[in-house]
Amino acid sequence: MNLTLRIWRQAGPDAPGSMTTYQVSGISPDMSFLEMLDTLNEELITRGDQPVAFDHDCREGICGACGMVINGRAHGPERTTTCQLHMRHFKDGDTIDVEPWRAAAFPVVKDLVVDRSAFDRIIGSGGYITAPTGSAPDAHATPVPKDTADTAFEHAECIGCGACVAACPNGSAMLFTSAKVVHLNVLPQGAPERSSRVRNMVAAMDAEGFGGCTNTGECATACPKGIPLPSIAAMNREYLRASLG
Amino acid sequence: MTTATRTARPPSTLLTLWRSTVGKKAVMAVSGLVMLLYLVAHMLGNLKVFFGPDEINGYAHWLRTLGEPFLRYEWFLWIARAGLLAAVAAHGVSAYQLSRRDLAARPSKYVHQRRRASYATRTMRWGGVILALFIVWHILDLTTLTVNPAAEHGHPYQNIVASFGRWYSCVIYIVAMLALGLHIRHGFWSAAQTLGANNARRDRALKLIANGLALMLTVGFLSVPVAVMTGVVK
Repeated sequence: MNLTLRIWRQAGPDAPGSMTTYQVSGISPDMSFLEMLDTLNEELITRGDQPVAFDHDCREGICGACGMVINGRAHGPERTTTCQLHMRHFKDGDTIDVEPWRAAAFPVVKDLVVDRSAFDRIIGSGGYITAPTGSAPDAHATPVPKDTADTAFEHAECIGCGACVAACPNGSAMLFTSAKVVHLNVLPQGAPERSSRVRNMVAAMDAEGFGGCTNTGECATACPKGIPLPSIAAMNREYLRASLG
Repeated sequence: MTTATRTARPPSTLLTLWRSTVGKKAVMAVSGLVMLLYLVAHMLGNLKVFFGPDEINGYAHWLRTLGEPFLRYEWFLWIARAGLLAAVAAHGVSAYQLSRRDLAARPSKYVHQRRRASYATRTMRWGGVILALFIVWHILDLTTLTVNPAAEHGHPYQNIVASFGRWYSCVIYIVAMLALGLHIRHGFWSAAQTLGANNARRDRALKLIANGLALMLTVGFLSVPVAVMTGVVK
């Protein structure tokens, strides 16, 4: 496959950025999107140019490190992470636009790399259980109904990639925050800190400069792990209960 | 020996709620639902125009005597107006503040643009501005009768017919009611989501109710100018 790439290049946090056009050839449809970028970077390095900076780690779709906006969609046309997006979803001769996550709370570090430490600070404000809950055998000591376990697991799947924020027209972190709030608040181990958790995490989310939720649903559409939109309703319910109850 | 622990007095619950994005959105949802309830009553009242001048003029008079002798003449109406004004103000202020915040949270746009969300969702802000302007026109036209050609106090039937006798009055009304339908289509479901009433099982039903309410109110309100234009009501 031969492709035209238009990639956002930005030398540093305060440097101006722009879309730069590159041609890549000899791309196999079995390559992942990141392998395609690796091919481009090898060429750039051989030519003595700066390679395109992007985040990546496991390349198995489970760590949440990678992520870029491809043709206006977070993680591209398929519902998966960028590392698990394969070039067979593109056609020979395509022009592909590649941009970093855009949000005030996710400043660009370089090229396609953004600083997502705002997410870490939201988790740090309550996305955990303070008391030690024991090791694996102790898990059986606290019975958890199947439905509850399923709900908790569905929300624990969030890998914190930030696609929800990137897709949201308001740069809102509601889906990310609700995934962690619902994951821990439905479990008996998370129940004692239920109220303080949701209040502190929403306060941390607001303090980071994320936007509010206008229920456009872009986040849930972009989420590679399928965190559902009603999770935001569940967090709203928890927040109002904690504030008014 | 124990020492007394002193914790700083936390800010009041309502203030914390109002300052948070989730709480402000809840204010928007509740004030929106108040206005929605009012609109259902208003639309049903409007339909009395189809049963002749005595029906709707009598209904308008009854609204002023409602609550007597506990309330004086027109007191009920003024209480309702005060409540509605508070709802409009709360809805508008929270929408303005949240919009400012949302726009600041996404300062740079994507180069590759594509259509996002449904038409109703994308037009909430401008639709809201159109509705606010319409409310001003509507009060001047049919409450204070400042811009009404008939301007007969106590005769809403005659005022309605006179108002919709002007083409531009019909255009303003029709545009506003279409905007209203779109606003409710997204707004009702969104309010359920904001107040935590939604879940995976109810999602479809809530969207259906939102569409039903939007359609019912739009058709109900539009029937009046259409009836005047076609000569059914004259």
